[in-house]
Amino acid sequence: MSTAHAGAAATTGPGARTGGTSPTVGGPLRASRSRVAAALGRHPVGMVLAAPYAVYVAVVFAYPFGFAVWMSFHDYFFAAPGAVVERPFVGLANYRAMLADEGVRRAFGNILVFLVINVPLTVALALLLAAALNGVVHARAFLRVAFYVPYVTASVAVVGVWLFLFSSNGMVNTMLGPLAPEPSWLVNEALAMPVIALFVVWKQLGFFILLYLAALQNVPKELYESAAVDGASRWHQFWSVTVPAVRPATALVVILATITGANLFTEPYLLTGGGGPSGASASPVLVMYQRGIQQGQPDVAAAIGVLLVIGVLLISAVNRRLIERD
Amino acid sequence: MPSTSGPRRPGLLRYAVLLAGALVFLFPFYYMLIGSLQSEPDTSVAGAFPTSSPTLDNYADINSRVALLRSLVNSGIFTGGVILGTVVFGVLAGYALARLHFRGRGTLFALVLLVQVIPFQLLLIPLYVLIVRGYGLADSYLGMILPFAINTVAVFIFRQFFLQLPDDLFSAARMDGAGELRILWSVALPLVRPALLTAVLLTFIGPWNEFLWPFLVTKQADMQPLAVSLANYISNVASRAANPYGAILAGACVLAAPAVALFVAFQRHFVSTDIGSGVKG
Repeated sequence: MSTAHAGAAATTGPGARTGGTSPTVGGPLRASRSRVAAALGRHPVGMVLAAPYAVYVAVVFAYPFGFAVWMSFHDYFFAAPGAVVERPFVGLANYRAMLADEGVRRAFGNILVFLVINVPLTVALALLLAAALNGVVHARAFLRVAFYVPYVTASVAVVGVWLFLFSSNGMVNTMLGPLAPEPSWLVNEALAMPVIALFVVWKQLGFFILLYLAALQNVPKELYESAAVDGASRWHQFWSVTVPAVRPATALVVILATITGANLFTEPYLLTGGGGPSGASASPVLVMYQRGIQQGQPDVAAAIGVLLVIGVLLISAVNRRLIERD
Repeated sequence: MPSTSGPRRPGLLRYAVLLAGALVFLFPFYYMLIGSLQSEPDTSVAGAFPTSSPTLDNYADINSRVALLRSLVNSGIFTGGVILGTVVFGVLAGYALARLHFRGRGTLFALVLLVQVIPFQLLLIPLYVLIVRGYGLADSYLGMILPFAINTVAVFIFRQFFLQLPDDLFSAARMDGAGELRILWSVALPLVRPALLTAVLLTFIGPWNEFLWPFLVTKQADMQPLAVSLANYISNVASRAANPYGAILAGACVLAAPAVALFVAFQRHFVSTDIGSGVKG
């Protein structure tokens, strides 16, 4: 009796949502069907269609995510396949080892320098260029290709040409002549990280211009019209209408640029020959690779990863607060 | 009142700034191509506009050192595998998330959003331990493909496009007794073909350009995608070559060409709204 009641109750649920035409009391077939609907939803086949993706997320994201956190609190090392080894809980030992490591501390400092240069420059240039591109009629395709093409090209490929441009007797130094820095850009402790930050601005800018262009489509035209009636100049309109209107997009750009920056690996690995000179351009991910895989300390590397992610989340939260507050 | 009601016409100054910016952005690509065709590196400003006849020696040189064709095939298999996985399983998941009511849909969609903010660097070490050490998938295509097999941004884009289709379409097809797979295949998919192309293009540039993961997974030269073999050449071998930059730039042109060509050919599909909606969450 209680089951029949539950079945009838379930029929009213989805039935009411789809338009309320289905009867509240049906035959036994309908009742069992609706019980399935109550347990699995109206289209259980959706579970089958979504299953491969769900399994993929569990195997490639959720499980490794938990594994990373677990590893950072245990004594983990590479063992021969199949060997049963003890991996005792060590508390915060891996975190202490990481913080005592000068190379790791330096890498975190470097990435802060990177973010301080890269993120504001990315936001400013992307917004200015997107605002300028918005409403352009002539040479649209050419301009779009020009600004997006670094984004679609492999870092490894464009690193090659930057190496050539910024080498000690490269074209940049030839042009600067006596003003060229000594030691040259990529082997200069003070300049290596800023050059990498500039490289990443250039490389990623197209993607962020794209985001801003999407946001600009949603700015009501009337705002510009009334600002123009009030006699506001173009520049003033940009500051008083465009910048506030795209604030949510700015928050997103800041967060994505921070995540991209925190992922930095290829550029210091190739552009400055593995984070040189003397660790001045090493990034946390590069140090993770060196400690975890080259030197066989995956537990310490996992701790670096956890700390890095916490750092990214904190920076994102603070940025969001600052940008989205009225 | 001449200008307030009409569309705002961009002035000459704006075009001048945009064109100057575009040239600055494009110059490294131009320089890459020019440098790859010169037999001697010329770093003077005049060297950017060479008068000597171009040569393909650098291409022959890089080919003798990194087996260009083999690397290109590896890049192609890696990228193709990711695109295949994304198109097949991503479309299924996107359709289910947009159009079907089933238990766990809300949780799965929350995961789609969450996965987009999990930074890959946290997963790097555990994935390396699992895939390379645990499953023994080092130097295999499967090991390369696995972490990228279904592009979550593409799942999100598919969902957005299936959501935008009118409801009546689906209720009519269901009334006619069509199964969900049949509706997906013959009703929904033909209508979202542009989204499919955008998602495939976006998915392409990920694995084709990816360096870190295949670099960790492949140690054998004959399994390395071009990004990895070129990077190894840059970091290890280049110092010993006669014209190292020439060879590096030739390899860079080969690596860049497919992505740039696809992008230029289909650039109008990189519409701001598609990708914006895909990332905005």
